[in-house]
Amino acid sequence: MKAPGLLGTTWILFRKDLLLEWRSRSRINALVFFSLATLLLFSFALGPDTALLRRGAGGYLWLAVLLASVLSLGESFRVERENASLEGLRLVPAPARAIFLSKALANAVLLLGLAVVLVPVLVAILDVRVVLPLPTLLLILVLGSLAIAAPGTLHGAIASHARARDVLLPLLLFPILIPALVAAAKSTALVFDGDPMGQVDSWLGLLASFDLLYWALGFALFPRVIEE
Amino acid sequence: MLTVAMLALGAWLALVKAPPEREMGDVYRIMYAHVPLVQMALLAATINCACSVVYLIRASWRTDSLAEASAEVGLVFAVLGTALGSIFGRPTWGVYWAWDPRLTSMAIFIVAYAGYLALRRFVDDPEKRAVWSAVAGIVIAVDVPIVYFSVRWWKSLHQVQSSTKTVDPAIYWPLRANILAYFLLFIVFLGIRYAIAHAARRRETTVPEPAGSLSRAVAS
Repeated sequence: MKAPGLLGTTWILFRKDLLLEWRSRSRINALVFFSLATLLLFSFALGPDTALLRRGAGGYLWLAVLLASVLSLGESFRVERENASLEGLRLVPAPARAIFLSKALANAVLLLGLAVVLVPVLVAILDVRVVLPLPTLLLILVLGSLAIAAPGTLHGAIASHARARDVLLPLLLFPILIPALVAAAKSTALVFDGDPMGQVDSWLGLLASFDLLYWALGFALFPRVIEE
Repeated sequence: MLTVAMLALGAWLALVKAPPEREMGDVYRIMYAHVPLVQMALLAATINCACSVVYLIRASWRTDSLAEASAEVGLVFAVLGTALGSIFGRPTWGVYWAWDPRLTSMAIFIVAYAGYLALRRFVDDPEKRAVWSAVAGIVIAVDVPIVYFSVRWWKSLHQVQSSTKTVDPAIYWPLRANILAYFLLFIVFLGIRYAIAHAARRRETTVPEPAGSLSRAVAS
């Protein structure tokens, strides 16, 4: 049998990760309810002023996704550490870069799914309206999920082998993600409030360049992270 | 010795020799410590990034130790510089803090390097620690300019960099002297911290004592 190339391996591993998530749906459910609870917490912390809540809706959406991402990223490497399956993958041998791409893609798909579920909830409980065309919103969600997933996978792999990994991952990840958070939250807010100044494109550009940079960086550096 | 002399000279130039500023009066003198501190912090970040890249290309305990030293000294300088800047901001801008690109980047700089140093503490295997912190160092170094860029689109309050064009020589030359003084201080700190880091690395990587030797030593 011919060994699959980089992209082929990525595809196989990506399907494996999603299949694992799907077979044990309890994790996805937990994530969805965790981020729903976070959204509700924001509303309670800020009081019942609907106008105020509506203005912050873009920010809450991404904060909820970001907080959930720490849990899902930690999980995605915890399953690999159990039974030393990451070492197993390396011995197959699967190229380290394929492992990075598949992990990051699977995490991005998970986060995207989460964001897609959260938007209707925001519409319902905070009374926001999607003013800009839906594809724009979808593009923001895709780019934002990709932005969290690439550095998240890199740092998730590092943190999963360190002591105090639950504290370490957000400590490493959150400062790095601030530009992505700013861009994603701002552009989402523009989708909800309307964009009279035509700013959404420049925020999308920032988000896209963040994605490009960190996917490239993760692709280049990941093999060193998991080498033995 | 030279460092102490230079710091004293710099302080004298800053506090006595330099004339008071037209608008801000004597308050501006805090700048003589604020600007050099922040510049040294950025220098430290540059050293850290360079060491991280070099380590990944060609592993050596020396670059790893230097990376650790520069991150820690840089963090100290950054915290001091930001605190002084914040004190400076209160009388001149009327607020301690503004969501200005440079202030925000500095805040993220501090949090990011705090995370970096936490990573170094939480990994016991020296070789893994070196590789992982090199990766984290590069990621942070890439991030800081993007942070600066992304926040610049918010309204900005901070003035542009001081240079000979915007600042009178009577104020500028004492600043030069202070930058040199803080640079020397930075090198001294970096050297001491590097020696400590390198000694720690040597202790970690030499062959450990055979098992049971510690308990025998305790018993005897």
